[in-house]
Amino acid sequence: MVCDEEGRCRDGGSDLRASTDTIAAVATPPGQGGVGIVRVSGPLARSIGEALLNKPLPPRHAVHGRFRHDGELLDEGLGLFFPAPRSFTGEDVLELHGHGGPVVMQMLLDAVLTGGARLALPGEFTERAFLNDKLDLAQAEAVADLIASASVAAARGALRSLSGQFSQSVRQIDGDTLELRTYVEAAIDFPDEEVEFLSQGRVGERVDGLIDSVERLRRSGRQGMLLNQGASIAIVGPPNVGKSSLLNRLSGESAAIVTDIPGTTRDLLKVDLVLDGLPLRLVDTAGLRDSGDPVEMEGMRRARSEAEQADLIIQVSDAAAHEASAPLFAADRTIQVENKIDLTGAAPGLAPGQWTSIRLSCLTGAGLADLVALIKAQVGFTGEGAAFSARHRHLQALAEASTALQAAAQRLREQAPGEVIAEDLRLAHQALGGITGEMTAEDLLGSIFRSFCIGK
Amino acid sequence: MDHPHTFDVIVIGGGHAGCEAALAAARTGADTLLLTQSLETIGQMSCNPAIGGIGKSHLVREVDALDGAMARVADQAGIQFRVLNASKGPAVRATRAQADRDLYRSAMRALIDDQENLRVFQQPVVDLLLEHGSVAGVVTNMGLRLRTACVVLTTGTFLGGRIHVGLQNQPGGRAGEAPANALARRLRALPLRVGRLKTGTPPRLDKRSVDLSKLAEQPGDEPTPSLSFMPEPHPRQVSCHMAETNPRTHDIIRRALDRSPLYAGLIEGAGPRYCPSIEDKVVRFADRTRHQIFVEPEGLRSGELYPNGISTSLPFDVQLALVRSVRGFENAHVTRPGYAIEYDYFDPRDLQDSLETKALAGLFFAGQINGTTGYEEAAAQGLLAGLNAARKAGGLAPWHPRRDEAYLGVMIDDLVNQGASEPYRMFTSRAEFRLRLREDNADLRLTEIGRRMGLVGAARWRAFTAKRSERQRLWAALDTAKIKVGGEAARRLAAQGGKPVTEDIRLVEYLKRPEVGIGQLVDVGLLPAAIDPELLRQVEAEVKYAGYIKRQDTEIAKIRRHEAIALPAGLSYATLPGLSRELQQKLEAARPATLARAARIPGMTPAALSVLLLQAKKQGALAGAA
Ligand SMILES: Cc1cc2nc3c(=O)[nH]c(=O)nc-3n(C[C@H](O)[C@H](O)[C@H](O)COP(=O)(O)OP(=O)(O)OC[C@H]3O[C@@H](n4cnc5c(N)ncnc54)[C@H](O)[C@@H]3O)c2cc1C
Ligand SMILES: Nc1nc2c(ncn2[C@@H]2O[C@H](COP(=O)(O)OP(=O)(O)O)[C@@H](O)[C@H]2O)c(=O)[nH]1
Repeated sequence: MVCDEEGRCRDGGSDLRASTDTIAAVATPPGQGGVGIVRVSGPLARSIGEALLNKPLPPRHAVHGRFRHDGELLDEGLGLFFPAPRSFTGEDVLELHGHGGPVVMQMLLDAVLTGGARLALPGEFTERAFLNDKLDLAQAEAVADLIASASVAAARGALRSLSGQFSQSVRQIDGDTLELRTYVEAAIDFPDEEVEFLSQGRVGERVDGLIDSVERLRRSGRQGMLLNQGASIAIVGPPNVGKSSLLNRLSGESAAIVTDIPGTTRDLLKVDLVLDGLPLRLVDTAGLRDSGDPVEMEGMRRARSEAEQADLIIQVSDAAAHEASAPLFAADRTIQVENKIDLTGAAPGLAPGQWTSIRLSCLTGAGLADLVALIKAQVGFTGEGAAFSARHRHLQALAEASTALQAAAQRLREQAPGEVIAEDLRLAHQALGGITGEMTAEDLLGSIFRSFCIGK
Repeated sequence: MDHPHTFDVIVIGGGHAGCEAALAAARTGADTLLLTQSLETIGQMSCNPAIGGIGKSHLVREVDALDGAMARVADQAGIQFRVLNASKGPAVRATRAQADRDLYRSAMRALIDDQENLRVFQQPVVDLLLEHGSVAGVVTNMGLRLRTACVVLTTGTFLGGRIHVGLQNQPGGRAGEAPANALARRLRALPLRVGRLKTGTPPRLDKRSVDLSKLAEQPGDEPTPSLSFMPEPHPRQVSCHMAETNPRTHDIIRRALDRSPLYAGLIEGAGPRYCPSIEDKVVRFADRTRHQIFVEPEGLRSGELYPNGISTSLPFDVQLALVRSVRGFENAHVTRPGYAIEYDYFDPRDLQDSLETKALAGLFFAGQINGTTGYEEAAAQGLLAGLNAARKAGGLAPWHPRRDEAYLGVMIDDLVNQGASEPYRMFTSRAEFRLRLREDNADLRLTEIGRRMGLVGAARWRAFTAKRSERQRLWAALDTAKIKVGGEAARRLAAQGGKPVTEDIRLVEYLKRPEVGIGQLVDVGLLPAAIDPELLRQVEAEVKYAGYIKRQDTEIAKIRRHEAIALPAGLSYATLPGLSRELQQKLEAARPATLARAARIPGMTPAALSVLLLQAKKQGALAGAA
């Protein structure tokens, strides 16, 4: 037993800092050529690096070598180890410098995660640096502001950046887990009640069912999303407001045809680009307006569905036109752009008192930088090293849920007592909660009371 | 008129919170007064004569580990003991004692009378003396002023209490007792949020009029368990019985719903979901054709029975009819009608972790007035409030356990942060670190810190340290001794049907196997036979849960780091960029003291937490610079 100065005692406890976990993230913006860095912080940093390079990493020396994982060559590059406390975070820090593009960086990161690290949350390196007194006030403030804007998007629900089907499946699994926990917990807290408890066998079937669903989702998630980390942005608005011009401005190349005849952008035009290190897929949609032309109508239908699936919508309007355009999509993921301010003389940038409305001119380029900043904030790009990669985190959460569920299944086979199975289910649910938003004990009790007649 | 003596701590109310508060304050050496409406009702159980049960027994053991009264008193008054969840693991096993009301009261009174530094005084309190935003004393209904450094208020269901039977209602603090309305009015004038809650109790039955032979008998466990780490001898043990309602009972209830104060809208306070009245159960679970009733003796000498499960506020004629529709109760005579009671409670979010009110220095709240229900919940809070009142009077910093240290910590944290929208009762599923918060290790978790704070007396400390040394020896044996392949022990274990030992294995590893119990190691002579069985259970639990507990260590370490980061009290969440409107509102309402607390607000995201963290640093540094 360990007791601290105040006499708080724990059995077999460990010291506070030593038990922190190890975190990792890609520290350079994804999607660019040149050197990429994976940064790792925490007690496992050194051993992970030495395992990948298969050679010792003396403190503060650049060690050249080949990164291998499971016998497979991933990349060639440098490993740098900074022991605590003289490091960015104040913990043991490992940097792996590689040459590969985003996909290779991802594989390197996966290898690091397999080695026992977990994916860093947004701001987590900074948080650790801060906790270990490695940040000065100015740095902390700067980062706070960046994260603040990023979390506007994040707070709206991490699920948003995932396709509708994915989020539906996660919700389904989360709901099923809650239901199962309801039974298991009720059997613990209300054993005297005549609740129709599930037999061990039925609990086992349900756990197996959950494992299946989680695994299926992980597979589809890995194939569909992992290599496409970019956020998708749909550009919508009436014809001739300057959608194609905006896309061209943003992509810096004439990929879209720009004309003066309304309705020429008939089909969807997709452009993948990297904006200040942030990979994006821009979709230019047909102008949204009433028309009898079947081709154009089909184009608009597709425009709508594209916009509905996008992470972010840029709704363009013409500053010179006198009718104001009504918002077409959910305000929480729409940026309003008033184009052609060169014609009205309005000041470029954020419209006064508005969070998500930008005035600009595609012709002169005024206000474009503000739009880019807002886009980055809205998709949660923190710029502090790790791209905000909701998808990857979600997949990791699913992996954790799966591990916990498999442990529950194993314990069930061993006929372990209910509270042990309940603990595995709690961990699974907690992992899922990371995707769907936190689950509290109160919610669980609420579910128990709704489901059973309990109490004397 | 002034009382000549100035106290350190005055505890108002002699219920379960009040008794523990007064005893705890006095144990630490504070000059303490227990001031209550009636000295006869000290330690009175208002409702069900039972102590413990799932989740609750954990609190009782924690009170005991801090040398509180409840477990010892319940051991002396318990007339039927059972371990609930015996088929499950040690973390969720829970002891429950059916108590003899009279024995309970007299045992509690004896402890109070014996306690050094503690005096009692009978008078209803009608007002508080306030000076410069602090409490300075109390005023009783004969105008007597008593001065003190700190006050612990534990008036239970008495504040603005209103008793309902059918459509009739009248003021009352408990059946047959006056409410504390003058005090309630005065308290409503303080800057504290007040709400109404309700609870209820069943009609009592004349034992002679019930045909127990038609009911299933439920004897206590053998050997009889105890609640305290320092068990007292139990009185004679008796059985409970089990009855059940039937479709006819439910018809009687359904036809009378228009005369229920609940359904007629006369009661505004929220009742507990887990302990609903029988009318609630019949309405909400319409497809059930039967509900269980535990028929519990009120005491060894008492002629009354407590039918646990049919709490009701229906009119008396309906109560009688519904009782008599139950098999075995056909000729039952009701000795006291059931009723519902509505009362004032204070929003516990206006409290600090120490249970001191944020608004008035020196004023502490404990028990039912904080929105909880149950004797055990009241007792645990009382102990903490009494301790902290005494510490404050003595110029010491407050203390409270954390969520990973005690159910008491879970309860305080829940109350202070989430508030109580219905009467709050403890459940094991509230404790995310349930596997480490067990009945068996409450002493290990709390006795040492209790000793340092002066709560734990010499006798308990001696017993505890002896057990702790024995525990170290036991662990040393488990860690070092081996079962040798082909050895005598291995042979005997195999003979018991265990999986054979294929290589030399340490005892602790062997014990990790799911099918192995620590008793087997004792049986084959690998561990000495004379070890305290409680200790064996404790160590066995540690070994069996080891993997899970280790994983929780990581979770807890993270929380502790966040716990160390205070959020500025004046942080304006509404203007903080980067938080959703919903989170801004939740944070404004909860005003979490630390980052860890903010993290537990439902809907909190990692990014939003980072915003808070960095704002805390920013504002903290600015404040430091100014
Ligand atoms: C009808 C009823 C039904 C209940 N049903 C249940 C149940 O089903 N399950 C459950 O777990 N719990 C139930 N309870 C709750 C349980 O009784 C309480 O939770 C527990 O007793 C609370 O303890 P306490 O110390 O806070 O208050 P109490 O035990 O109520 O003690 C309050 C004390 O304060 C004294 N007092 C009040 N006003 C003054 C004053 N102005 N001046 C001086 N002294 C004063 C009283 O005399 C009394 O001694 C019920 C309570 C009632 C009344
Ligand atoms: N004056 C001015 N004209 C613009 C601006 N942006 C686009 N235009 C013109 O507006 C017309 C329609 O642009 P286009 O991008 O095809 O619009 P779309 O139909 O919304 O895709 C073209 O003639 C553009 O040159 C701008 O900022 N200022």
